Amino acid sequence: MTTITSTPLVPVAPPALAGAASDTAALFARHVRHIARTPEKLLGVTLMPVAYVVIFGVLFGAAIALPGGSSYGEYLMAGIFTQTMLSTVSSTALGVADDLGNGLVDRFRSLPMSQGAVLLARTASNLVLSLVSITVMALVGLLIGWRVSAGAAAALGAVGLLLLFGFAMSWLGALIGLVVRGAEAISAVAFLIVMPLTFLSNAFIPLNGLPAWLRAVCEWNPISSVVAACRELFGNPAPAGDSFPAAHPIPMAVALTLAVLLVTAPLAVRAYRSAVAR
Amino acid sequence: MEPAIRAEGLYKRYGDHEALRGVDVTVPAGEVFGVLGPNGAGKTTTVRILSTLLVPDGGQAFVSGHDVVRDPRAVRRAIGLAGQYAAVDEKLTGRENLRLIGTLYRMGRRTAKARADELLERFSLRDAANRVVKTYSGGMRRRLDLAVSIIAEPAVMFLDEPTTGLDLTSRLALWEMIREQVARGATVLLTTQYLEEADQLADRIAVIDGGRVIAEGTPDELKAKVGGEQLEVTVAHHRDVPAVTALLGRLVVAPPTTSADGLTVSVPLHDGFGGVADAAAALRPLGAAVTDFGTRRPSLDDVFLALTGTTATPERTTP
Repeated sequence: MTTITSTPLVPVAPPALAGAASDTAALFARHVRHIARTPEKLLGVTLMPVAYVVIFGVLFGAAIALPGGSSYGEYLMAGIFTQTMLSTVSSTALGVADDLGNGLVDRFRSLPMSQGAVLLARTASNLVLSLVSITVMALVGLLIGWRVSAGAAAALGAVGLLLLFGFAMSWLGALIGLVVRGAEAISAVAFLIVMPLTFLSNAFIPLNGLPAWLRAVCEWNPISSVVAACRELFGNPAPAGDSFPAAHPIPMAVALTLAVLLVTAPLAVRAYRSAVAR
Repeated sequence: MEPAIRAEGLYKRYGDHEALRGVDVTVPAGEVFGVLGPNGAGKTTTVRILSTLLVPDGGQAFVSGHDVVRDPRAVRRAIGLAGQYAAVDEKLTGRENLRLIGTLYRMGRRTAKARADELLERFSLRDAANRVVKTYSGGMRRRLDLAVSIIAEPAVMFLDEPTTGLDLTSRLALWEMIREQVARGATVLLTTQYLEEADQLADRIAVIDGGRVIAEGTPDELKAKVGGEQLEVTVAHHRDVPAVTALLGRLVVAPPTTSADGLTVSVPLHDGFGGVADAAAALRPLGAAVTDFGTRRPSLDDVFLALTGTTATPERTTP
């Protein structure tokens, strides 16, 4: 009666790195197709940041003067870049929750594939969107007077740091999506994380005028390190600080971003391994 | 020979709720096994444990000889899963969905491509192959979902309510596709809320309720417990019920039952069409206002009524 005892179509070779890479590549292609087929998503990650660049850079830049007389518009760019990378938290969380809700995660988990590939493909594909955002924002910034004055290599370093930070935020989003699940709850949680992190930082305001305790909080905020590192690498005006993170923005930014990645990625994969649709 | 599926004492709880309270299932290779039960009975939980998605809190299970907890990857190489919600990617085309899952089964790009084309043809999706799934009808999605689940020709298939919410035509088409899988030698475990579906497809059925198997047997054995077709007569006025009951009671051996609203009288039908004709002829001179007259096959409710004494309504609390 039975003609099959094992499945000839599925190889029995033990899982190897090559298998994980091919799984990730196949799922990466899936996300790239998604991006190409949802133009509204591309608009979302380009128009919003561009609006920020224009509104903050042109309007506020004209109204606000920095201590020392440097341009507020130039000062802002690194903040807006970083804030845009933070927005990957909610977009990744919503995407992961969607896959979970419609049963795709169940399907993937029932396949003899690499368990980390699903999240890795999603977070890696987010880098494509992040790179598009950064490019468009940079072009618009250059149009309205933003300048890079620390050399091309340093500027590329800033882009690399922003992508790494966006990647870490994407894993944080994946974790939130798997744990929180509901779209509205995800938006609320992402807002509660992103808003204080953004505004308790040097992204939009110089920290010099703050009371000492608040200034310390803001300086130790990882967002401040990423923003300050970008300012340094782009050669944009940055009031120096004498606290440890303010004095060493680049190593601090890299270390803190890697720390977030090393905590959230394993937790997200762990949550994924037991996630089922409800 | 090792059965295709063997589960012993599966236990699973969510907080205070015991979803499974010791489920035993044994399915020999090549058999279609139906798991029949109302919403919340534990059907999906059972399927999820057997397909390695959930780890049970107690008991053990082997699929194709592999422990679902200790060796999930070996189990995953042998199974195909089609869930309740047609787990396909809406933004990809039918063809892309099939190729993606084929690639993830690690069957190689070329094989995945060839299998995708073959399945699109066999599942009547060729014309829709290059359209994104978002534009598919419910029936098309389920067909694609089933096609995706068999792309690697799995030895064991889990189908969790494969036809819930589908119209009759789509349901018949899906049944046909499931039968093809059985013909190729696959073992199938399917859950359903419909007795008729289990009857049509399954060699054996387990009736599950409140996280326990409360009956098991062939469809014929189960139906023997429930009784066969029923004749139902509904009248407009309560005053006519006693006369109708007495009259129908004379035609059959078993005593008639009356529905909750007191207007519908049911009797088991032994003589098929002859019994219907006799009843109609006998009712006519009575002059009662009969609003409905017809036969009904035993439903899941009847199975539950016979087995537990309660009906299988979703909100039912387990005794």
